[in-house]
Amino acid sequence: MIKGAMRILSYPQAIKEAIDQEMSRDHSVILLGQGVDDPKGTLGTTKGLAEKFGRERVFDTPLSEDGMTGVAIGAALARLRPIHVHIRMDFLLLAMNQIVNMAAKMRYMFGATLSVPLVIRAIIGKSWGQGPQHSQSLYPLLMNIPGLKIVAPVTPYDAKGCMIQSIRDNNPVIFMEHRLLYYQKGYVAQKPYLVPLGKARILARGPDITLVGVSSMVIECLRAREYLRETGVRAEVIDLLSLSPLDADTVIKSALKTGNLLVIDNAWLPCAAGAEIIARLCEKNLSRKIKFARMGFAFVPCPTTPSLEKEFYPNAERIAIRAFQMLFPRKKPWEPKNKKNRPEEVLFKGPF
Amino acid sequence: MNTELIKKFYALLFLIRRTEEEIIRLYPTDIIKSPVHLSIGQEAVSVAVCQALKPLDLVFGTYRGHAMYLAKGGNLRSMIAELYGKISGCAKGKGGSMHLIDLRKGVMGTSAVVGTTIPLAVGYAYALKYKNRNDIVACFFGDGAVDEGDFHEALNFAALKKLPVLFVCENNFYAIHSHHLSRHHSDNICERAKSYGMPAMRIKDGDIFKIYKAASRYMEKIRKGSGPAFIECITCRWKEHVGPGDDFHLGYRKKEEVACWKHNDPLDKMRVLLDDKARGLIESKIEKEIEAAFLFAQKDSFPGKNELLKDLFDD
Repeated sequence: MIKGAMRILSYPQAIKEAIDQEMSRDHSVILLGQGVDDPKGTLGTTKGLAEKFGRERVFDTPLSEDGMTGVAIGAALARLRPIHVHIRMDFLLLAMNQIVNMAAKMRYMFGATLSVPLVIRAIIGKSWGQGPQHSQSLYPLLMNIPGLKIVAPVTPYDAKGCMIQSIRDNNPVIFMEHRLLYYQKGYVAQKPYLVPLGKARILARGPDITLVGVSSMVIECLRAREYLRETGVRAEVIDLLSLSPLDADTVIKSALKTGNLLVIDNAWLPCAAGAEIIARLCEKNLSRKIKFARMGFAFVPCPTTPSLEKEFYPNAERIAIRAFQMLFPRKKPWEPKNKKNRPEEVLFKGPF
Repeated sequence: MNTELIKKFYALLFLIRRTEEEIIRLYPTDIIKSPVHLSIGQEAVSVAVCQALKPLDLVFGTYRGHAMYLAKGGNLRSMIAELYGKISGCAKGKGGSMHLIDLRKGVMGTSAVVGTTIPLAVGYAYALKYKNRNDIVACFFGDGAVDEGDFHEALNFAALKKLPVLFVCENNFYAIHSHHLSRHHSDNICERAKSYGMPAMRIKDGDIFKIYKAASRYMEKIRKGSGPAFIECITCRWKEHVGPGDDFHLGYRKKEEVACWKHNDPLDKMRVLLDDKARGLIESKIEKEIEAAFLFAQKDSFPGKNELLKDLFDD
């Protein structure tokens, strides 16, 4: 943690502060995306920045995801540092051509003659009827592409530090934000600071089982840890933080200590973070030393109706139950008694 | 027309033609182990537009990019070494013929996915305007790129922000073997460009002076802040879509279609405008350069194993 003045900030405030400070520091940072300069300012994360830095630096875009990604890449080639904002990650599918064929490849395929310093912000939706096309969390697709960095900060502290690091990074960075994390509050240093990309963060220590979460699933893991305390189980919780590069070493080290590993993806399971971590663990011949399992989205598009949506996602109760089963396969099944609230799901009333 | 310009035109046309003829001669030996999309027949577009540019201006182009690369002054040795997959290649052999680059000459990397460099050119132009620079970008693409969403998205944004970019459509009427009119309702590329809010003109006959004049005129306005402009140059690819041969046996186009362009070859037209001595000097100098470049590439080393994992990130 950085020393100095710490205040409580919300997740979007932390992101905005990071962008604001970097734009003040470096004239080459520009911000573009649908609605970044509108009255709502991308859920507050870009509000007022157009007025402060001018409309050449902060500008709305046509609904041309691929073309505007290419424009951002072109600006990056000219040594600007664009931040391209997508209010839902689903829209990145419209920009895959430029992201995968160009941004990710250019440095390598031109023999390191150039670089593409580009941040692509992608907000993942959940709850209050986001439905099949406003809820996708497409990092497993992107993890398969060399040349991209992918981060998914969870705390306001990491949101700010990762954002500043991503802006200063000379490579394309996919910066995933989860809509329900926008209700997180936490200590954030006033001064600019960096959180390195590519490093997982151990959020809570425990000797019995390692719970690894991605994005908002980290919050569910922390809640599951509280449930498990009822049973005397003390879980270690790891925020994966970076999907690419993937810090499997931190996870495996923890799993070797606890002997149990449960990875909770914020995505469908095939080829996701859990699959990758467990594959690496098996390649190290640790499959007999570590018991492992994974959880993630039900393998269907996300349903809109709340009765099905709540079944679609892993949650703290199910994570705790699964962890308990892993630890005590012969004991009679256990369920947490006092179910906790999810304030973010009460607070979020859409539409975005 | 002034003689100096004619000499420059001839030198570049000759350089591109002769370099590609060498590629054709050597290709059957399999020394170039990757696809080549030859510019032969289309050289005049690149030569005319690049001559109208200033040294600090930039070009973005396509996998059929030999002509543009050389016309903008791209290093010949680095290009041939790149085709040979050698370490001194402009992209260390990691790109090949379809990914040529020479930043010192303003040649931004070319791409193998149709239309993808058009938004990049526009984004670069945005940065130039943002930095109050007076340089401009010339963006080359074929008629196939007009089919792509990136083309329309980029033209719209360039016009919206009045960006310093000249779009150059090299219309050879074929996307691989598909004719323009089998892919579009009308032959109206310029009308589409105009509808986005920029001046556009079509040059039908491949005349190098007409292209040069049109490009120069547009560039002058663009440099003064008029916003983008568009030139459609009708042209003809003499060779097959990819590779060194002819493709008339496929039957998708007639020999006569190409024959009239061969009779109208800008290289021949420039040749007769020069006296024998001037022409001889240009030709012998270029022949030596080409010979040296191929020899250099031949002798150069392949990238070692240690290169495989290098250059992914700029860290």
